[in-house]
Amino acid sequence: MSNKVLMKGTEAIAQAAIECGCKYYFGYPITPQTELSEYMAKKLPKVGGLCLQAESEVAAINMTLGAAAAGTRVITSSSSPGISLKSEGISYMAGCDLPCVIVNVQRGGPGLGGIQPSQQDYYQATRGVGHGDLRLLVLAPSSVQEMAQLTVEAFDMADIYRMPAMILADGALGQMMEPVDFDSIPRRDIPEKPWAACGHNNERKKNIVNSLYIDPQVLENVVDERYKRYDVIEETEARCEEYLCEDADIVLVSFGITARICKTAIKAAREEGIKVGLIRPITLWPFPKKNIAAIAENAKVFLSVEMSKGQMIDDVRLAVNGKAPVHFYGRTGGMIPTPEAVLENIKKLAEEINA
Amino acid sequence: MKTVFDRPHALSDVPLHYCPGCTHGIIHRLVAEVIDELGIEGQTIGVASVGCSVFSYNYFECDMVQAAHGRAPAVATGIKRTHPDSFVFTYQGDGDLAAIGTAETVHAATRGENITIIFVNNAIYGMTGGQMAPTTLLGQVTTTSPYGRDKAIQGNPIRVCEMLSTLDGVALASRVSVDTPKNIIAAKKQIKKAFENQRDKKGFSIVEVLSTCPTNWGMSPEKSLEWLRENMMPQYPLGTYKDIDAKEAE
Amino acid sequence: MTTSILFSGFGGQGILFSGKAMAKSAMYEGKQVSWLPSYGPEMRGGAANCSVIISDEEIGAPIISNPDVLVAMNLPSYDKFEPTVKADGLMIVDSSLVNKKSERDDIKVCYIPATALASENGIDGMANVIVLGQILKLTGMFDYDTFLSYLLKGIPESKAALIEKNKKALKLGYDF
Repeated sequence: MSNKVLMKGTEAIAQAAIECGCKYYFGYPITPQTELSEYMAKKLPKVGGLCLQAESEVAAINMTLGAAAAGTRVITSSSSPGISLKSEGISYMAGCDLPCVIVNVQRGGPGLGGIQPSQQDYYQATRGVGHGDLRLLVLAPSSVQEMAQLTVEAFDMADIYRMPAMILADGALGQMMEPVDFDSIPRRDIPEKPWAACGHNNERKKNIVNSLYIDPQVLENVVDERYKRYDVIEETEARCEEYLCEDADIVLVSFGITARICKTAIKAAREEGIKVGLIRPITLWPFPKKNIAAIAENAKVFLSVEMSKGQMIDDVRLAVNGKAPVHFYGRTGGMIPTPEAVLENIKKLAEEINA
Repeated sequence: MKTVFDRPHALSDVPLHYCPGCTHGIIHRLVAEVIDELGIEGQTIGVASVGCSVFSYNYFECDMVQAAHGRAPAVATGIKRTHPDSFVFTYQGDGDLAAIGTAETVHAATRGENITIIFVNNAIYGMTGGQMAPTTLLGQVTTTSPYGRDKAIQGNPIRVCEMLSTLDGVALASRVSVDTPKNIIAAKKQIKKAFENQRDKKGFSIVEVLSTCPTNWGMSPEKSLEWLRENMMPQYPLGTYKDIDAKEAE
Repeated sequence: MTTSILFSGFGGQGILFSGKAMAKSAMYEGKQVSWLPSYGPEMRGGAANCSVIISDEEIGAPIISNPDVLVAMNLPSYDKFEPTVKADGLMIVDSSLVNKKSERDDIKVCYIPATALASENGIDGMANVIVLGQILKLTGMFDYDTFLSYLLKGIPESKAALIEKNKKALKLGYDF
């Protein structure tokens, strides 16, 4: 019998946060991620931590900011409409160089939209959320195990690079249960936080956590410095899974739950002799453009499969850089693509290649 | 020679950017004096807001965090909840606290967050150049109420201390003024109490300080103080609207 | 080897629990598993279903278009999912609540009056576990005693009555 625990995706994120020393959660209920708050409300008091339900997502992200500014490991979570509300605070956290983990269990939009799974917040997450020149680390789990693992990694990376990290999940991953093994999750070395505003104790000069720079030259310098860090991240942290790509004529690009649907379709297509593979970005920012560019040298055609009207496809096209045509298949509004429909699209492309 | 007047240690040795005649400087000094007297500078974290006091992070010697417009009480909550033995205060103006940050203010208050709020009410948006504030008086001319604030159009001004005094989490809600030496002494007493309440884990304390804006009111500093007494004080009467200690004493 | 099971019925019938029990048991035996519920307002008294996949290899899509095994515990679920069962698949119908007979001849169908059985035996609300017993018998997916021990794992010993109810229900279903 294994050490694995059968858990919901939202709960796996919560437990992973606790496992890696996060004792503070600030949030506001919204479907389909409320189980995360509920789990925290139950567990955190038992480890000497705190789960506080804020009056709004706006307040929750600013409580998160306060905790992070004081040097504390902290997490907040929401779903699409709530992330829009948090975007102000996320921009401030980026501007203050504050680490934290933000979870978006995406649902259909725009507006109130629906409560079923979606990947419609790809643009929002990868283009920074909120105003200004900024980036977020964006990690896209594809299983409940990864919900846990990438949460731990998001905390570590956020601390190392002093910036907010986002877990971009969806309603299906949030609600589904799969076995999780917490012991196998890798950890990194975490730097101290000498910059934290937690009281100087008359032992050092005061710390200021701030995003305001009235002098434009100073602000440019600060942003330039931050972008040097972003460059390192783009160079070293981009990650993806390559699945049956070696001989693939057709390469699917898909992340999260959708990538798993693609795998099922790919297996079926392979049985029919179609050479098809999958690139599954695990980091959406930084985007694994080098991997895609390398595979584009030999692939004949790409297919971006998403639960949206086509957002990641822009990044796929940039990475492929004209070396092969990039097609799209997706469902939106909370509809989930079926393996059968993805298979149909693969077959169509196979026919076009052969023609 | 005996020193009779000096800069409080908690007040940074830098020129303040405030306009001549503005009372922000006095209020800063009072907060710094209280931090000195309680000997808590090393354990204090201040939260600056958006408005005229946006640069207050440069003026206090304790650790400081700059918050988004209106969000200071939420930021303070995050700091205080993760560092419950620290002293956390916000320094906010009327637009920040009573317009865009109303929800954060009310809910921090009703939760009984053990923080101190210094609320500077000068009935106008100073930093952006004299627009109408939630506390702008009826009939008062601002750049966005050029014909005078009209109840039928812009609605009524808001009385913050009176409103918050109805909430269970509030330990102290007091309105003071720094227009005369006597009032300055009284104001400092309330600010000190607001910090002592944190030390004694009593809950949310707010001190509303009536202040002037000679620049945007278009008056001399002296005339501003007169205008404050004649116009603001009737709308915003000085006094303690809630003090749980006083209640216990009854 | 991959088996997909779709449990469907009303909210409150223990549909999600049945799926969870099945997924957990498979996990204990070292299998790959996924459990995906329907969620949202439909959970409150409306239709409820969950998809369970048990496999020896990595599970792709956790969504089931054509189940190997369908459990239909009410009429709307029966109507919706009966046509989707994979050829040569198995369908278990709570015949106390579904008064229809399938006309498909390419699947195996078992009609078990689980709700009535539960009621007659004084274990109202245990129809879902009765169905689990029948699944064990028809599929041989788990050893009976091992599955029973998995099933009782989550129940604290203080709840002796609940333990007895589960034992009784699983046996009733298995022996039917």
